[in-house]
Amino acid sequence: MTRVDGITWDVVVVGGGNAALCAAIEAAETGARVLMLEAAPKTYRGGNSRHTRNFRCMHHGPLSVLTGSYEEDEYFDDLIRVTKGKTDEDLARMTIRDSEACLPWMERHGVAFQPSLSGTLSLSRTNAFFLGGGKALVNAYYNTAEDLGVTVRYEAEVTHVTVEGGRFQGLDARIGGQDVRIEGRALVLASGGFQADIDWLADAWGPAARNFLIRGTPYNRGVLLRDMLDQGADSVGDPTQCHAVAIDGRSPKFDGGIVTRLDCVPFSVVVNRDGDRFYDEGEDVWPKRYAIWGRLVAAQPDQVAYSIIDSKSINLFMPSVFPPEKADTIEGLAQKLGLPGNKLRETVDAFNAACRAGTFHPTELDGLATEGITPPKTNWARPITEPPFYGYSLRPGVTFTYLGLRVDRTARVSAGGARLHNIWAAGEIMAGSILGEGYLAGFGMTIGTVFGRIAGQEAAAHVA
Amino acid sequence: MSLDITPTLTATEEARRQVEICNACRYCEGYCAVFPAAFAEREFADADITQLASLCHNCRGCYYACQYTDPHEFALNLPAALAEVRVESWARFAWPGPFARLFQTNGVALAAALVVGTALIFAAIRALGTGAGDGFYAYLSHSAMVAIFAPAFLFPLLALAVGVRRYWAEVGGARVAWADLKAALVDAGRMRNLSGGAAEGCNYEKGDRYSVARKHAHHAVVWGFLLCFASTSSGTVLHYLFDMPAPYPFLSLPKLLGVPGGLLLTVGAVGLAVLKLKADRALGAAGAWGGEMAFVILLGLTGLTGLMLYAATGTGLVGPLLALHLGTVLAFFVTLPYSKMAHAAYRLAALTRDAQQRRARG
Repeated sequence: MTRVDGITWDVVVVGGGNAALCAAIEAAETGARVLMLEAAPKTYRGGNSRHTRNFRCMHHGPLSVLTGSYEEDEYFDDLIRVTKGKTDEDLARMTIRDSEACLPWMERHGVAFQPSLSGTLSLSRTNAFFLGGGKALVNAYYNTAEDLGVTVRYEAEVTHVTVEGGRFQGLDARIGGQDVRIEGRALVLASGGFQADIDWLADAWGPAARNFLIRGTPYNRGVLLRDMLDQGADSVGDPTQCHAVAIDGRSPKFDGGIVTRLDCVPFSVVVNRDGDRFYDEGEDVWPKRYAIWGRLVAAQPDQVAYSIIDSKSINLFMPSVFPPEKADTIEGLAQKLGLPGNKLRETVDAFNAACRAGTFHPTELDGLATEGITPPKTNWARPITEPPFYGYSLRPGVTFTYLGLRVDRTARVSAGGARLHNIWAAGEIMAGSILGEGYLAGFGMTIGTVFGRIAGQEAAAHVA
Repeated sequence: MSLDITPTLTATEEARRQVEICNACRYCEGYCAVFPAAFAEREFADADITQLASLCHNCRGCYYACQYTDPHEFALNLPAALAEVRVESWARFAWPGPFARLFQTNGVALAAALVVGTALIFAAIRALGTGAGDGFYAYLSHSAMVAIFAPAFLFPLLALAVGVRRYWAEVGGARVAWADLKAALVDAGRMRNLSGGAAEGCNYEKGDRYSVARKHAHHAVVWGFLLCFASTSSGTVLHYLFDMPAPYPFLSLPKLLGVPGGLLLTVGAVGLAVLKLKADRALGAAGAWGGEMAFVILLGLTGLTGLMLYAATGTGLVGPLLALHLGTVLAFFVTLPYSKMAHAAYRLAALTRDAQQRRARG
């Protein structure tokens, strides 16, 4: 393997996910000599992009696999709704507008799209699904990058970026266990957030964070984010917050990805470790509530909760990756879940007694609500009476963190309000500039693609 | 962790474990027919796994796209898991039972069949072959050939039919409607499930890069095989109905069908063998690689020896080449219900069943 030290690269890209790849491809297409440093081994390359599945895209009229049209204002309204206004309107609108040209660019660079997946028809107008998911996209981009002559190093952890006089001078990395000094004329930081650094999460959130599961890559430890912030880079986003959703409590500590989701909550009663209900399970449809439930479960003792359904509801939601616990009695189920049996019996009985007659509609807010219990269940409240009974444990699963580097329209990083001379950022490391709260499905890939491309183009123009 | 990955799982149990994870993910829905069929279910009986396995064309798109492959603890390798189930289930369906696994997985056994077949033809030529006709009939008479090949052709077809019937019973197939069979034939003729959906082909010899090489090589083999078969059939028709026995000139139906057929079959088989050498063996049924490779070579040899026999017309090589060619064909047919060749029948059955199920799903 040729050495990557001792020469001056035109553009050094730190990271190995979607944003890093887009930047590397754009820069290499101008003829620049590009080095990509991916912290993960090759089998785990691609950061959180491995786990993604679609790209939210503005379009006037049908585009590729997308139906209808999705205009800028509707897209922006959707963003405002989830972020509750915590966004930078100028950057957000630019991202939305640029997304339309990105989709054909993605196709030209090897990404194949497929029609909306079963169970996601509601997204067929707004989100273009990658054939095979994010890992297939990542593979396609690595192949394209390789064909363009981009040099890639895996297991390459960058530990420190040397910034002097507002200028990137080089960086220190550990590649395959060897300490290496790398020189370059322009730097693109696309190394993700810090959600895999449990200590950092615990500092920000409190000790409860140690019980959180990390849905994505274990390689996003925020080493460079912290390094840049320590050197005075301007930050954006709430440093104490992460996006967490309620997922299957039996999921792996890291990298469980999409399959860990559980969609049973609206049809269930949810109790904590002590067998008590604590929130309205039927407040809204699940896609609008799973993030709230991440926080709710995080606030319960031991950061765990249990969703209980009966046989009436078992086929109403997407299958879970792990089979549920199953028993013919509530007490039996409690035993299997490690819950106090009498208490669970009382809770379920009280809930059942509060259910009213009415029409149940699993796919819409049906108003079938409980009466006389606190908290109420305001939709889909059917008594839990028909064995077998099923139970799933729930835990908070962290998707990403909000703290990031502030960038401008050209993806340039700044320090003390002044633009750094030759440092750009793209992807999760700067997504907080646009996504200050909440999440909009497929928008992370949009930010990564738009800003990755801009960062690559800008860095290449700088060294041209 | 309730996902207990132990080596004691049977092939079907392991495939079920994997398909259940796929069913919670669904990212691969666009690659082939396996996923929509799987995602229509919530629980998978053994027969469901058998059907999914036979539906899988081993295009490998799902493996390279999967975020849960080894070293992830879910350790998914669906192409290999389904390939193992195919090997097992086809052995289970094979009739008569004792031959079941022999030729599917064992290349040496297939090579031995070739040697025995060739030796038998040699012996037949010595014992029966008198110069009672022209061309190769000078070595082995038409009636002797019929006496050898009629049973060697009909018995394997019967055996395969028994196997497919057992398959159909296990997967709960309904009465076959023409529309379903037609859909299956179109899918097979186009190799729709080796096309990668929206991708440009499948993932085989180039790892995670898409390629149409395998599909094209497979097309060459299939159409070459069918042309050769048509050539022989046309010869039979000319012989019996028009009293025109071989040898035939170049501008005759048997030759016009047979020469391009032999070329396609040979070139396609060489292509499949080369691709198979380049592809990752860990994504197929590990124990069946030798048997599959031997089968591809045997197929190629039927084409190549036929062409050589034609090229040797009028020389002293006709005798040995005739024995070699007929021996190859004999070995091919006799092992057919138990070799990789059986996949053609089971896959067509699986595609037909899938068409039924798709129609039922609406």
